[in-house]
Formats: sequence, structure tokens, C-alpha cells
Amino acid sequence: MVNKNLQHTEDDDIVIVEGLKKYFPLKMGFVQTLMSKATPVVHAVEKISFTIKKDEIFGLVGESGCGKTTTGRLLLRLVEPTEGKVIFKGTDVTALDEQRMREMRRRMQIIFQDPYESLNPRLSIFDIVAEPVRIQRVAKTEQEVHERVIQVLEDLDLIPPEEYIYRFPHELSGGQRQRIAIGRAFILHPEFMVADEPLSMLDASIRSEVARLLIEMVKKFNCSFLYITHDIALARHMCDRIAVMYLGNIVERGSTETIITKPKHPYTEALIAAVPVPDPTARRTEVIIKGEVPSAVNPPSGCRFHTRCPYAWDLCKKEEPKLIQTEEDRFVACHKYK
Amino acid sequence: MAFLEVQNLKMYFETMRGWVRAVDDVSFEMEKGDALGLAGESGCGKTSAALTILGLLPWNGKVFGGSIMYKGEDLLKLDKETMRKDIRWKKISVIFQGAMNALHPNKSIGGQIAEPIMAHEGLKKEEALNRAKRLLDLVGIGASKVDRYPHELSGGMKQRTMTAMALACNPELVIADEPTTALDVIIEAQVLKVMKELQKKLDLSIILISHDLSMIAETANKVAIMYAGKVSEFGSSVDVFKDPLHPYTQKLIGAFPSILGTKKELASIHGFPPDLLAPPPGCRFHPRCAYAMDICKTKEPQMQEVAGSHHSVSCHLVGK
Repeated sequence: MVNKNLQHTEDDDIVIVEGLKKYFPLKMGFVQTLMSKATPVVHAVEKISFTIKKDEIFGLVGESGCGKTTTGRLLLRLVEPTEGKVIFKGTDVTALDEQRMREMRRRMQIIFQDPYESLNPRLSIFDIVAEPVRIQRVAKTEQEVHERVIQVLEDLDLIPPEEYIYRFPHELSGGQRQRIAIGRAFILHPEFMVADEPLSMLDASIRSEVARLLIEMVKKFNCSFLYITHDIALARHMCDRIAVMYLGNIVERGSTETIITKPKHPYTEALIAAVPVPDPTARRTEVIIKGEVPSAVNPPSGCRFHTRCPYAWDLCKKEEPKLIQTEEDRFVACHKYK
Repeated sequence: MAFLEVQNLKMYFETMRGWVRAVDDVSFEMEKGDALGLAGESGCGKTSAALTILGLLPWNGKVFGGSIMYKGEDLLKLDKETMRKDIRWKKISVIFQGAMNALHPNKSIGGQIAEPIMAHEGLKKEEALNRAKRLLDLVGIGASKVDRYPHELSGGMKQRTMTAMALACNPELVIADEPTTALDVIIEAQVLKVMKELQKKLDLSIILISHDLSMIAETANKVAIMYAGKVSEFGSSVDVFKDPLHPYTQKLIGAFPSILGTKKELASIHGFPPDLLAPPPGCRFHPRCAYAMDICKTKEPQMQEVAGSHHSVSCHLVGK
């Protein structure tokens, strides 16, 4: 949580996502291509809209294959959208040419999930963290590069920094590596950051420390933050507001605490009920929904959740529910709420 | 006589750089029908302890002492052949970590489940396949899927297939090594529900190995918390989770965010787990412990039972 009590206005919307859609064409064999008329597509992200406010941590929560990672990548234009806009501080990112996109990337950064894969094994820690500064040419002298690297390592409790800068990634533990990845992302003082499951590869005792550092960094640099995770319990700890995704759609969106304490969408309800709690005496409501997530190539008609929903009726099969506002800063896409 | 009693088990791995003390003086016990959770972070020796019980150690793993009494018989004294023929799968079976990759990709799942039945009980293929169908029904996949191949199944179904396979020869003890990692929460809840039901129905005993304390809290009735090759705390889940005595257990439980109740600050433990090639002297947790005293740096704490309970802990702070 960064700042709960801050009053937001329209001007505080740093990132505005409008009707963002991404279909991936499905790879087929040669014969299949000849036989079929239309190329089948994976409906990864289906016309979603949301805004991320200034200095807030916004969470995208969902199971694997719900489109949360694709959404994160679309926001940074690491994949091109099929439709829709991403407006970052008044500029439509999807319409920028290559040159201006490169300049824009200075202000938008990403942290990846696996610190064992995301760091170049042949570069020293210094070079890894300094790379964005060098590419973007933001430091005038090598001395300045050095100062910035030292500063960011100190911010991340890698003390003394001199002990780390000459090492290589394989000499560090998972938690240390992830801090390096965080440092590399923050060194350009970005205004917007996407973090794709940054804590899921870390052990519990290390994870909470890195979580604390992440929140501190977001605060320090006044950065807007998109936190992508499958772990709704951790999202509760990290995020000011969340959006729950299911099969490419946002099914519920609003402030984290209200969604977690009073979920409205049947899917959110099931997702929360399924999370184990570290307390053997806790009494849980058992809402275990049946079956598994259907294929995103032929998503179900109407509400995409109707095949697994315990409350589904005829309407749910025919008509897709719209994301409607039920209270202040609370949106649900379900026919139950009209 | 306990159903399974592991006493002072020591198992080290031989490496180029010396002996890695993966399991160092580990003791715990369980009764029939218990679900024991073996919890700890990566590299704490939980999987190594399980492999030692199963007699499935890699070539460089050597047992240096202790005993594994299974219904009064020391498994460490049995030769390899007896372990293979009479114990493994017939009495003790295992669900391996990463069920996604543990299945043979071009054999039907029915055939894979039937394989141990034919090997251990000498049944004909047809009979074995019939039992495979019953097992698939039992784990909720359905007998009709007996001819399916692993690539046709989703992650959750593969996990259930692994469970069916572990149950093929009616074992008494099933060791499940991280059975739900890589599964989504809803699927995880489904798989755990099936396991809990099966445990009751078949009067199974389960050793559940996981780094996820939340999952252990919901599934196991006894817990052993491991740190750096040692058991730091052991007792019933309610005792350990409600009244954790070891500073490591306290911090570790506090490090898991809960979806229930009010939001709390997450506890974090400074530093990193030690290198098991040269673990710190005294209590292995002392370099990271907030309450470390002088004695913790020199003298290793022994497991001691808290008066009047089956809750034991190895910490110098307790019993002072």
C-alpha cells in the first residue's frame, strides 16, 4: 500500500487503458492452414479498460492464461495491440513511432518474474544495473553512472554496494538477484513500472523483505506501478486497487480491501475461497468451483465464466455482461448486479 | 509403536567441495492416518529427507546414521531389492514434484497407472487396466479417460493422474512432494480436496512436503518445520501455527499474507539461509535470529518437548 488516503482526481490518471484487445494467431500445420477458412486466434485480452493513478500500486490478478501478462506487455508495447489505446500521461503510446517509443521507454520499465533468467550471466552486476543509463544516455560522465548505480544498490539494502558490483549473477542468491532486477528497473527513475510476478520465485522469508523494498522504491520515486500476480493474498498486501481477470476479461475492479472482504463476482468469490490461509483453525466457506479454465481459442458465449459459475442462468449463456459501476470505485461484470 | 518414526537421521551429499549436510539429525514421527506436513524453504532438506525414507537417494547421497522405523522395521537396514519389491509402491509411494513432467509423454495414462500394478502384483494387463479405471474414477478424472495421453490433459488432471498412480498398489503411506506447485489456486484447492477425501476413505497416511505453510496449515494435522537440514519445531498443526515457539517458525508464519482477518505487516527474516557445506556453529538459525544469545553461537540446541504436549522445539530460549 502506498498512499491510501490520498484524494485522486482525473488528472492523477497516469495510465489510461481503453478497449485494449489482443488476439494471437494460432500456429497451425501446413495442411490445417489449407483446410481451414479463417485462422483461429487466441483471445488473450478482450477489450479491457482501466486506469492507473499517480503513485498507486494497481494489481492485475488472475489464474494462468487469463491474459494478465499480455496486458502488462501491451501497456509497455512489448507486444502490439490488436485494438485499443494505452494513454500514458496524455500520449497514446500505441501510436508512437520507433524513435519516440525509445524515448518513452525511459519513463516506463518492467521487472520480470524469474531473476535467474532475466539477468545476463556474462555481465557484472555493475554493468547490468548501469545498462539502462548507458543506453538512454542520461548520465554525462562515467563517474555519474557509477554514482547512480551505487545509489540504487544502497536503496535496495545491498550494502556495501562495492561488494556487489564486481560480482556476477551466479554468485548471488535468488533474493539478491531479484533486487538487482528491481534496481535496474528503477535506475532511470521511471514514472510507470510493470512488474510481472516479481515475488513468485522467492522463498517466503526472502519474499516479504523484497516486497517491502518494492513498496519503498515505489514511494521514493513516486512511480505508478502495475503489479501482476496470481496470488491474491499477496496482492492484498501490495496493491491499492486491483482488477480480477478471467479469460481475457476484467470481471471485477476496485479497491483491494473491499474486493477481498466483500467480493461480488462469483469468480472472485471462488478465487478468494480457494486461497489457503496459514491458520489450521480458520473456518472457511467452501466455494470450490468445478472444472478448469476453458480454452481461449473458443471462449464460451455470453459470460465467459458461465460454464463454471454456480449461479449461472439462461441470460449468462447469451449475453455478455458489461463492467458496470455498483459503488464508488467498484465495477463488476456480472448479470447478478443490474 | 509409532507408524513411522524417523530418529536422528543424517544424510549428506558428497560433492566436489565437501559434504553437504542436507539432512542432519532429523527426527519426527507419525501415526497411522496422520497427515504430516514437512515444511521449510528451498534447500532445507525436506525433499532429501523424503528420498531417504523411500530409499531413492542419488549416488552421492549417503546415510550417516539414524533410523527410519516403519511399523517397527528399520527401512535403512533393508537391502535395495527388498525396498524395491516389498516397500516402494506397495507400502510407501510417492507423488513427485512437478507432475507435469513426471508422466511418460507417449504412453496412455491408463497404461502408466497399470504398470506398477502389473510389476508388483503380477496381474494381467486387462485386470490392471480395470483397476486403473477405478483409480481414475476415485481421483475424479473418470474411467473414460483411461486411453488419454498426458498432452491431452490439463495440469490439474495430470496431477490427479499422478495421485492415482501413487495409489495403484494400495499403499499405506503416500509421500507428496510439493503436489500443488505450478497449479492455479482453484485447481490446487480441488486437488487438495481430493487428497483429503482419499485420505479418509482409504485410511491413508500422508507426508506432505511443501514450502507453502498456508497449504500445510489447511491439509496437515502434524507439522515439522525444517531449517538448514534440521527440524526446528514439531507438533500438531494447531500447536505449531497457534503457538509457534521457535523464532524461525514465528517469522515464517508471519511472512505469509492472509486473505482473512485484518491486514497485517508481513514479517521478514534478514539475511539468507546458510550454506550447508559449512553451516554456522551452534544453532543454525542464530545469524538471522533476532533473539540470538551467546549460547546460540556455540552450543547446538537439542529438541525438547514442551511440558505436557507433543509439541517440541529446538531453541535455547525455550525452557529457560
